[in-house]
Amino acid sequence: MLLIDCPFCGKRPEVEFHCGGEAHIARPADPAQVDDAIWAEHLFVRKNPRGLHAERWRHLHGCGQWFNALRDTYTDRFVETYKAGEQPKHPLTETRA
Amino acid sequence: MAQAFRLPMGGRIDRSKPIRFTFDGRMIDGFTGDTVASALLANGVHLVGRSFKYHRPRGILSHGSDEPSALLSVDRGPGRVDPNNRASVVEARDGLKIVSQNRWPSLAFDVGAVNDLLSPVFVAGFYYKTFMWPRSFWDKVYEPVIRAAAGLGVAPQVADPDRYANRHAHCDVLVVGAGPAGLAAALAAAETGKRVIVADEQAEPGGALLHQPDALIDGRGAEAWRAAAIGELDARENVVLLPRTTVFGYYNHNHVAMVERVADHRSDAPAGTPRERLWQVRAAEVVLATGSHERPLVFADNDRPGVMLAESVRVFINRYGVAPGRRTVFATSGASAYVAAADAKAAGIDVALVDIREERECGPEAAWLRAAGVDVLTGHTIVGTQGRKRVEGLVVAPLSNGGVGARRVIACDCVGMSGGWTPAVHLFSQSRGKLAFDAALDAFVPGVSAQAERSAGAASGIYDLAACLDSGFTAGTRAAGSSARRTFAASETRIGFKPARALPTDANPAKVRAFVDFQNDVTAKDLKLAMREGFESIEHVKRYTTTGMATDQGKTSNMNALGIVAEGLGRPLPSVGTTTFRPPYTPVTFGALVGPARHALFDPIRTTPIHEWAAEHGATFENVALWRRAWYFPRPGEDRQTAVARECRAVREGVGVFDGSTLGKIEVVGPDAAEFMNRLYVNAWIKLGVGRCRYGLMLKEDGYILDDGVVARLADDRFHVTTTTGRAPRVLAHMEDYLQTEWPELDVFLTSTTEQWAVIAVQGPKARETIAGLVAGIDLSNEAFPHMSVREGHICGAPCRLFRVSFTGDLGYEINVPSDYGRAVWEAVVEAGAPFGITPYGTETMHVLRAEKGYIIVGQETDGTVTPDDVGLAGMIARAKPDFVGKRSLARPDLLAAGRKQLVGLATSDPSLVLDEGAQIVADPNQPIPMTMLGHVTSSYFSPSCGRSIAMALVADGRALTGRTLHVTTPDGFTAVTVREPVFFDPDGSRVNA
Ligand SMILES: [Zn+2]
Repeated sequence: MLLIDCPFCGKRPEVEFHCGGEAHIARPADPAQVDDAIWAEHLFVRKNPRGLHAERWRHLHGCGQWFNALRDTYTDRFVETYKAGEQPKHPLTETRA
Repeated sequence: MAQAFRLPMGGRIDRSKPIRFTFDGRMIDGFTGDTVASALLANGVHLVGRSFKYHRPRGILSHGSDEPSALLSVDRGPGRVDPNNRASVVEARDGLKIVSQNRWPSLAFDVGAVNDLLSPVFVAGFYYKTFMWPRSFWDKVYEPVIRAAAGLGVAPQVADPDRYANRHAHCDVLVVGAGPAGLAAALAAAETGKRVIVADEQAEPGGALLHQPDALIDGRGAEAWRAAAIGELDARENVVLLPRTTVFGYYNHNHVAMVERVADHRSDAPAGTPRERLWQVRAAEVVLATGSHERPLVFADNDRPGVMLAESVRVFINRYGVAPGRRTVFATSGASAYVAAADAKAAGIDVALVDIREERECGPEAAWLRAAGVDVLTGHTIVGTQGRKRVEGLVVAPLSNGGVGARRVIACDCVGMSGGWTPAVHLFSQSRGKLAFDAALDAFVPGVSAQAERSAGAASGIYDLAACLDSGFTAGTRAAGSSARRTFAASETRIGFKPARALPTDANPAKVRAFVDFQNDVTAKDLKLAMREGFESIEHVKRYTTTGMATDQGKTSNMNALGIVAEGLGRPLPSVGTTTFRPPYTPVTFGALVGPARHALFDPIRTTPIHEWAAEHGATFENVALWRRAWYFPRPGEDRQTAVARECRAVREGVGVFDGSTLGKIEVVGPDAAEFMNRLYVNAWIKLGVGRCRYGLMLKEDGYILDDGVVARLADDRFHVTTTTGRAPRVLAHMEDYLQTEWPELDVFLTSTTEQWAVIAVQGPKARETIAGLVAGIDLSNEAFPHMSVREGHICGAPCRLFRVSFTGDLGYEINVPSDYGRAVWEAVVEAGAPFGITPYGTETMHVLRAEKGYIIVGQETDGTVTPDDVGLAGMIARAKPDFVGKRSLARPDLLAAGRKQLVGLATSDPSLVLDEGAQIVADPNQPIPMTMLGHVTSSYFSPSCGRSIAMALVADGRALTGRTLHVTTPDGFTAVTVREPVFFDPDGSRVNA
């Protein structure tokens, strides 16, 4: 079970959290102006890296807050967690060797 | 004679406390401190089971948790039958009933042993080769026969009466294993003051020290050192020392699972003592001091009862005071068995030793053992055993110039074999650490760690006692963040071995049965066959032959299998790969994993404030999400259909009362509440007046319906939102997601109020008259309080939010009162409605009434791929709004394309026939298979109001098919239906405005 560092509460076990998939996917400001292909990309296409992945987590059974995390999908190591709207301190390389 | 093989002295058993249990009905005497294995051996019992596939007689191979063969059923009393226990792990105690497995009719005479004669048939890949065709034979012929013939123990037939506990713990250092390395690590970590947990799988901590009474540590006897170490750990408040506790799983971020056996070894456990306790430990650092496993030698008929591991023979002698045989031959390829032979000799056992190695390859141990008066035969191979249910002789032959010389038989009643040692890297591997092959050790050892963990002692390939203690101490201090160092002085350990693989033989290799995996009955020949058939990766060989895939996970067999495959392929061993170890390290009972989560505690049960009233009034209940809801209220003699018909009629003709408390409720509050609602729902909210309600429809971003429910505006900045019963948490999470991450600028607060409000739906033409006398401060007239509006006031003196809404199509109110008042108000309503024949109704009637009106239920008419237009609700969409969640997706080409399934009503040609929900719909029932499926039935009931069956369905281009005949599958074939509007009752909707 992962140990996840909520930016608001500290380290808590994974069962308290809900993972919301890839982070930093901005909803287009005016979806009506976006063509079908770009909208489909926005809805359905996600990175699936082996290595560092920025993802959304919510401390569902805790403070209830959404935040972001950088997790290595290979080792499951969390490099950092940070609040929604912030950028990670760690450079986000998509894949690892 | 009882305990004829018990040595006159020695061992850690308590000879003042005799115990007695039965084995296949025979009385077995032993002493407290015995395992079932040691007590059986003390009584000369070696034959304890039949093997999995060939039903070969099997005995006790090991003294520990790596035992592959001696699997027994343990009966501790009614309901407490537990199969597949290792005899070497079960502590003997009074009253146990131990039963052998996998034999019929008896252990000594087993019909299944015919499999052994048929062994040429049961070769590697047998299942894959034999049972491919025809498919139907698998269920009816092969599978039952194989099940009867092969297999392990029998599962218990009744519910487990025992209690299982569950505990979470945190520590700075978790030490796994309390042998010399683990104890040194624990002492080192404990001295720093850090919180330490030490878990050891055995009844007594000490590991190998328990059977080395002659060893010396820092000038003291091993036992004295051990006792002092445990005394110190016990005395420290920062240390928890857990014997009988097996670490079986190493998960992410140092989350470690272990099971503590609390009661099985006690015949005097007080009532209520849990049988086992599951520990889930989160450790900052872990020290793995898990020891090592001895390898068997691979030679013909090496599975004969009486053939054991050499170190295990030593353990039975020194720790349990048992001589496994009167004449024991040790067969070895390394030094450690010489010590076992010397200890056996010292215990008065007649001993000989055969070494595979040439004289020049042996260390000083050969001369040392000869000096002790033991015959040592070097440069010999083992080519077989004699005897059937017990070994009677070991067949050996000299090796010279690469050939095998003349055979000779050494008579014996026990063989102690040693093919070297394998570090127990299972937990390290589970932690996702990378294993490294050490050619000098002929073993995989822990390489690069993936977690905050380090290995020590034999688990890391260190076998020398002093070095084990040093490495343990260092691991303990480092894990505790200290740099203290200490070296230990200890007596010499005889180590080193020559990798043996399959031993050379002069026999026809096709006839040799040299077992590698004793539990799954895999021989060296099977592995060679797999290689001949082209399997080269150990992962494939493993699956094809099943080697290493039994419940022991190949603890004794993996390295032998790898070595034989590497040798056969002519490749270096590490290039063949090693297998990945997975939890559990040893089998874990379902009870321990389930813990208290059984029966009522399996899942939380949510009940409403009116639940007890419903139960008292004979309601039957159904589960909806975690809720238990009143389904219908049968009167004596009524079946469901009759009760539901009566409840439906009462609502349509008089008044009914329904517990709607399970409806999800969310209070949306704040200056931007209306804007937030506007962005989240398809409907328009800005202009919805205070005191008005609206049916809200919510989409996911992909344009499909997520949820629906009535929303009331209580003030400019306050909405009372209702959701479906099952989706309330999801809807709130959906709202929070958008509020927090997409529109953080909106000033809105979301609060779940589901459990704050009891909801009493009063429905039917007499609804107004029913509640009129109870309500204060609200004008109930149609003009002042029309359909789809909300008022705040009092009912029976309790504050209430009164909704004029209807999910039945009749005049109706939903009374929201604080939950504590729910039952009192409910009872007052029931009393006030008595003159009108008020009738409580359940979810089934609610479903029928709403279906008569064509109202959808999200999750029944929708399945996550249904748009508002698909269910005829496109009119709800406020198209003038520039954006809302899902709006852009409604313009996706696929969502606008022709041929989408649309909600329609279906009328069966036989009005009494109620269609099956989920039944498929076709245009032409005579079309050849595969037929074109047009859609499926989503809701189907008998409607008392219509006097006939009704159904709703999703049908491709369904609205254009109105009036057409389609065909629906039934259990007997097809039935004809006519497509129609989904509204069956009161199509102009006048009744709600009554
Ligand atoms: Zn939190």
